Amino acid sequence: MTAVLENSTDTSGSEAQAGAVSSFQVTLKIRRYNPEVAAEAYWEEHTVTAHGTDRVLDALHKIKWELDGSLTFRRSCAHGVCGSDAMRINGRNRLACKTLLKDINPDKPIVVEAIKGLPVLKDLVVDMEPFFASYREIMPFLITSGNEPSRENIQSQADRDRFDDTTKCILCAACTSSCPVFWTDGQYFGPAAIVNAHRFIFDSRDQGGTQRLEVLNDKEGVWRCRTTFNCTEACPRGIEVTKAIQEVKRAMITRAF
Amino acid sequence: MQTHQYDVVIVGAGGAGMRAALEASKGARTAVISKLYPTRSHTGAAQGGMCAALANVEEDNWEWHTFDTIKGGDYLVDQDAAEVMAKEAIDAVLDLERMGLPFNRTPEGRIDQRRFGGHTRNHGEAAVRRACYAADRTGHMILQTLYQNCVKQDVEFYNEFYVLDLLTDHDLTTEDIEDGAEVNATGVVAYDLATGELHVFQTKAVVFATGGAGKIFKTTSNAHTLTGDGMALAYRRGLPLEDMEFFQFHPTGLAGLGILLSEAARGEGGILRNADGERFMERYAPTIKDLAPRDIVARSMANEVREGRGAGPNKDYVLLDLTHLEPAHIDAKLPDITEFARTYLGIEPYTEPVPVYPTAHYAMGGVPTNIKGEVLRDGHNVVKGLYAAGEVACVSVHGSNRLGTNSLLDINVFGKRAGRSAAAYAQTVEQHLPIVEGPTARVEAQLSEMRDRPDGERVADVRQALQETMDANAQVFRTDESLNKAAADIRELQKRYRNVSVQDKGSLFNTDLLEAIELGFLLDIAEVTVVAALNRRESRGGHYREDFPDRDDDNYMLHTMAYRRPTSAPDAADGHVAGYFDHVEDFGDYKVVLGSKPVTMTRYEPMERKY
Repeated sequence: MTAVLENSTDTSGSEAQAGAVSSFQVTLKIRRYNPEVAAEAYWEEHTVTAHGTDRVLDALHKIKWELDGSLTFRRSCAHGVCGSDAMRINGRNRLACKTLLKDINPDKPIVVEAIKGLPVLKDLVVDMEPFFASYREIMPFLITSGNEPSRENIQSQADRDRFDDTTKCILCAACTSSCPVFWTDGQYFGPAAIVNAHRFIFDSRDQGGTQRLEVLNDKEGVWRCRTTFNCTEACPRGIEVTKAIQEVKRAMITRAF
Repeated sequence: MQTHQYDVVIVGAGGAGMRAALEASKGARTAVISKLYPTRSHTGAAQGGMCAALANVEEDNWEWHTFDTIKGGDYLVDQDAAEVMAKEAIDAVLDLERMGLPFNRTPEGRIDQRRFGGHTRNHGEAAVRRACYAADRTGHMILQTLYQNCVKQDVEFYNEFYVLDLLTDHDLTTEDIEDGAEVNATGVVAYDLATGELHVFQTKAVVFATGGAGKIFKTTSNAHTLTGDGMALAYRRGLPLEDMEFFQFHPTGLAGLGILLSEAARGEGGILRNADGERFMERYAPTIKDLAPRDIVARSMANEVREGRGAGPNKDYVLLDLTHLEPAHIDAKLPDITEFARTYLGIEPYTEPVPVYPTAHYAMGGVPTNIKGEVLRDGHNVVKGLYAAGEVACVSVHGSNRLGTNSLLDINVFGKRAGRSAAAYAQTVEQHLPIVEGPTARVEAQLSEMRDRPDGERVADVRQALQETMDANAQVFRTDESLNKAAADIRELQKRYRNVSVQDKGSLFNTDLLEAIELGFLLDIAEVTVVAALNRRESRGGHYREDFPDRDDDNYMLHTMAYRRPTSAPDAADGHVAGYFDHVEDFGDYKVVLGSKPVTMTRYEPMERKY
């Protein structure tokens, strides 16, 4: 089959099918930081050749593989399901592997930097521990009591659909690190943790709702949300994050307190 | 250097690793070491479902599932293992549901089931609804659910730690070890990506759950990180790899990109068409058509393209047609994969057919184990304290071709078994065995050589050359000539690899250095794959030799066991059958030696495989 990015002479059939965008030059302006080398971060530009269906991740790889091996970023699946490569691209949080270059005006330099609000460790890599710590705090697992059923729990498809949206979360942190409240207050649980609490609070099989609502009634809990909708806009999985947070707030009023 | 002591160390935090961890950590001090954050693992990319004969929507039983698995694997499946898997599938699914997995539901509120390739009613009569699923993100939900339960159970993780060596008390690469003699695994050496520091884990039991090696190919559904680490480490330590010639090419990768579109698309009614709009699978598998097993569908697609009936400007792909399905049905059952088509190809699947072509997807072969998950060091002796499960392992439940959904099942059933076996074994061991002196020496030498070399080959160039020769010469169609070409290329690339250098010389998050290490794993896996494929002069399942198009049960109804040995070692491996499986391929300062292992048969006689 045809090549993706490496082979510049190879024009792929799928490109033609997808609307024939031929090869083009693209400049990435990347925020670099390596504490082993310099205490301060700096901007660096690289120009590479890209093709019709190439994504920001392809351009980053091209830079790393052909120009500067020290450029550092996380990535794995490269098609938007593992959540490794959330980054700020032209000021918006996105997954580099899901953002096509042709969709973000490659005529001007594309600005790429680490997501905000989490400590930058090197280049585009941030410390994810605070993010996962918040996730763990909301008890992200099914809580049941009494005897286990001998077969499956019974749940209607309607009850299953009730929390479908929040099961899509891939913990990429795009939402949490787009939240202005989180930027100024790292103690705030943040949208992703609340989304994962929602996934269980609205699961008809779960009996831990009260405990979770108590956790999120904390001063760093859901009430910190100012409904700016940045999280909803940032979510690469299309989760209605702000709506989920509002539903948790509402549950807090109607259910627990 | 830091050292740690555990009862059980699990390497890899995908489905198999975390399922093992949930089991092992109940009774033994357990650590999970993973080169990724657990939720980044590629189990999360699996889409369509996990089969179990729950019979929630129609008559089914585990014996039919066993038969389908064996037939699907073209009779190279170990039948005892397939029975275990099909039987324990039912509890594996129920376990996941009770752990919280949000399966789609029937009108009665039970777990819903749908059709999938090669899964049939009563030994091939018609497709059966056996796959339990959560929309088209079943793997995502399995990975999340297992991670959630690891959080609940307070499992200890070492994230972004790369395991770079396996420690044993005997050197299997050079020592002549007698039949029945005891060989023990004693620990692993890991590299902390964040700091560059090496850690030694001394342990009573090790479970390898490191996943596959799809990145030996260029067009693949696999993640960048699927570089065969665990397989290569075992192989370098003198352990055999089993059935590596069998690699599955998934029929429906997005054309040009390789991104996976689940078989569920066809399970829900999608149809493959060639440029003339013909439903060509009717010619290749008249009974179950588009739902034939993957090897057959992938070959049929490649054949359509080869005979000039491919679609598109270069006639190099076929079309997956969903346009006759209701948009609401597509949204409910296949939301993610239709989104992939929109995002990456700009195709609207409601109204346009999607360009697809086979993509390298799954290694049927791997580190040989028995049904307890114990790793074999030859045809029958186990390595004490060493276990493997999931794609890294070869039990073998997939034989020469895995059925769709059986990998999510494999990781749950054999992940659990390996975790349980490892913990039970660790409990019988009073004291940790001593680890070798200077346990990190090999890894340190390798890392510093690469980092200190001022100038040399670029990792990306060698990797690209490898992936291109594998796609060109060892893909869906293979011949003696093409495989010899691949072997020659790999021999050359192994030499070039010894001269690679990295630009990043630092200690913090040096992914440049780790990509170089991973390239070494890829080369080793490609080497075994090609040598094993050269030796198997028949066509079976995912291994298709144009020069030997028929299955040859008289000579090849055996598992391949490939060993790396010094050039001075004898050419015959243990379990060797004279006449076949005696291929030796010299790579300069070592050679690949092949042996064989009998296929375990219980009640199913090999038959011609027709659908």
